[in-house]
Amino acid sequence: MTEQATGSHPQPRPRPSGQQTAPAEQLTGAQSLIRSLEEVGAETVFGIPGGAIMPAYDPLMDSAKVRHILVRHEQGAGHAATGYAQATGKVGVCMATSGPGATNLVTPIADAHMDSVPLVAITGQVASKAIGTDAFQEADIVGITMPITKHNFLVTRAEDIPKTIAEAFHIASTGRPGPVLVDIAKDALQVKTTFSWPPQTDLPGYRPVTKPHAKQIREAAKLITQAKRPVLYVGGGVLKAHATAELKVLAELTRAPVTTTLMALGAFPDSHELHVGMPGMHGAVTAVTALQKADLIVALGARFDDRVTGKLDSFAPYAKIVHADIDPAEIGKNRAADVPIVGDAREVIADLVQAVQAETADGNAGEAAKNGYAAWWDLLSKWRETYPLSYDLPEDGSLAPQQVIQRIGQLAPEGTVFAAGVGQHQMWAAHFIDYEKPATWLNSGGAGTMGYAVPAAMGAKAGKPEAPVWAIDGDGCFQMTNQELTTCALNNIPIKVAVINNGALGMVRQWQNLFYDGRYSNTVLHADDTGHENTGSQVGASKAARKGTRVPDFVKLSEAMGCVALRCEDPADLDKVIAEANAINDRPVVVDFIVHEDAQVWPMVAAGTSNDEVMAARGVRPDFGDMADD
Amino acid sequence: MSKHTLSVLVENTPGILARIAALFSRRGFNIDSLAVGVTEHPDISRITIVVNVEDLPLEQVTKQLNKLVNVLKIVELEPGQAVQRELVLAKVRADNETRSQIIEIVQLFRAKTVDVSPEAVTIEATGSSDKLEAMLKMLEPFGIKELVQSGTIAIGRGSRSITDRSLRALDRSA
Repeated sequence: MTEQATGSHPQPRPRPSGQQTAPAEQLTGAQSLIRSLEEVGAETVFGIPGGAIMPAYDPLMDSAKVRHILVRHEQGAGHAATGYAQATGKVGVCMATSGPGATNLVTPIADAHMDSVPLVAITGQVASKAIGTDAFQEADIVGITMPITKHNFLVTRAEDIPKTIAEAFHIASTGRPGPVLVDIAKDALQVKTTFSWPPQTDLPGYRPVTKPHAKQIREAAKLITQAKRPVLYVGGGVLKAHATAELKVLAELTRAPVTTTLMALGAFPDSHELHVGMPGMHGAVTAVTALQKADLIVALGARFDDRVTGKLDSFAPYAKIVHADIDPAEIGKNRAADVPIVGDAREVIADLVQAVQAETADGNAGEAAKNGYAAWWDLLSKWRETYPLSYDLPEDGSLAPQQVIQRIGQLAPEGTVFAAGVGQHQMWAAHFIDYEKPATWLNSGGAGTMGYAVPAAMGAKAGKPEAPVWAIDGDGCFQMTNQELTTCALNNIPIKVAVINNGALGMVRQWQNLFYDGRYSNTVLHADDTGHENTGSQVGASKAARKGTRVPDFVKLSEAMGCVALRCEDPADLDKVIAEANAINDRPVVVDFIVHEDAQVWPMVAAGTSNDEVMAARGVRPDFGDMADD
Repeated sequence: MSKHTLSVLVENTPGILARIAALFSRRGFNIDSLAVGVTEHPDISRITIVVNVEDLPLEQVTKQLNKLVNVLKIVELEPGQAVQRELVLAKVRADNETRSQIIEIVQLFRAKTVDVSPEAVTIEATGSSDKLEAMLKMLEPFGIKELVQSGTIAIGRGSRSITDRSLRALDRSA
């Protein structure tokens, strides 16, 4: 993704049907599939062949334009395509065979759907005559993925392949992006057909609205210039619309505080003085409280997710809502909007900048807006100073996971892309690494898919070979998808993986500690004190100091998969080991960081409670004083 | 809760009914009735859905339906501005004594007798759900042996057609 304020609005893509069509040629369905992928600019495809998709793999072998990366599990292909898409802004492509190949893509497709990632999944299907007969390796993947795709297709005629591929890429990448699955019957791949490009596409029911309504923009600008305590609540839509430069202009023009959600980290520089942090369940106290006390929330490409709002009826009780999103169904879904704006975030923000300037020029701005919301900033600055993100170092001298992640962030070369798994390490990576640029933070936000990090990092590195890529993973997550390290080693995709090894499913353990009396049911991944057994469970603290998960031995495991593997257990070695990992760029590197198992993620809003109940640290309830003017 | 009648114009493609039905169940919306048929344009089907929801969820229903790529247009038909009809086929127990009473009821409701046998009369009736409910209440004492009801279909009053513009969109893209 590039960051550029052009001042002009992005132009809608010309409809493929308006272009000159080349004369038709005779090809097989499979050849026309590969030609279509070349034509839409799919440079990289992650996948695994199998019976039904095999015809497509033959011409794929000869394609000079499409690089196929042979993964070790279809889930890896899906997440790799997602990581590729999130890092490059292009459509990610994965391919699998029918039946189990296709169903193994279900998790990454659902993941991409929740996070609005442009993805095209191509699956083989049994021959059209066999569909519905419970044939070998038959699964109704179109039926299965209906609720987790933006759209999907079953293709049974060879002549429909180019058109369907063109439509799939168009749907995946326009409007609110999302995954599209194209299921192709084996016989459609085998028969001869004619191929011409561009094909006639036919999507009369698909018309995403990108241009915001001028009246709504003026209403929003009025509210912004009249507000006393506004907050720009920025979601992943701003990254997807490449609207970060426009966002910076709007923020600096209004001086409204900016909060970026988990999906939007990097949309606004973390180091910027107007940035108040990430909101939500594990958000910064200042960001959570800014939303709670705001009199105006301007939501840009965000969806009032439950992890952001906490208990919905007590969320931001004083705030009027301007809600801008490209998906009309998001507006008013969770929180009613006073000013709904349907449109592309880049166009919306560019228009808002002009409208706010016009309001100010007309002398309509309120006192608070005129002085850059100085009184509001007095409060925000006080909270920011009093409740910064912080952590304690363990008393026993072991490694603090937060410190590991923070140092990785600080020592990483500029332009490093980070991909996190799901759990405590994900939240720490969100907190303690600074994201200054778009597309430097990849994670599974909506679906919360453990095992996302390694394959997503692989996809990001494949798409952006020049960028260093660090996967920040947990020992639980790592054991779900680490087989893709073999793919990385054999395909020259030198990612770096930090396994934050606390020997536990840390986030669940944290909840068990807080809400289940320290009864750690099935969250223990390490062996017991004798070093031999593991029932998965334990009550209360460990008897001996824990040393992470040693079965499997992540160093040996990673070496076996062709990676350089390092281990770090002592804070004194931390910087040295990270530097060593950073210096290796010809092979994948895995670092097993053995960290303290009882570290917890704070701040925290307990599930089902109000954001007013945010706890800065265990037992520490922030004191916000009186809101004098409410 | 209140009933709303939605006319949904869709591309006549395989699986569209599954997409719509799945959307309702996934999002927790209740369908009262659903009727599907092709329109004057062979490529467009019209699905009439009666939902029982509050106004706000109704907005979500229509917005989510609109996101389906094969959905062309959604119009809510207000009861006052639309003609709504259901079809009922009912097999009512009848003998020589009750047959004439049953036929009298059938005539009162402007329904039709479509089949007669020594033990039963089969009745065809169309109308609004209120009217059909009233008729069935009258027939109930005789014994309803079998009942089939269609979903509601509805069309707006006046000269305007909701399919016109969708057809033009379809022509443009073809």
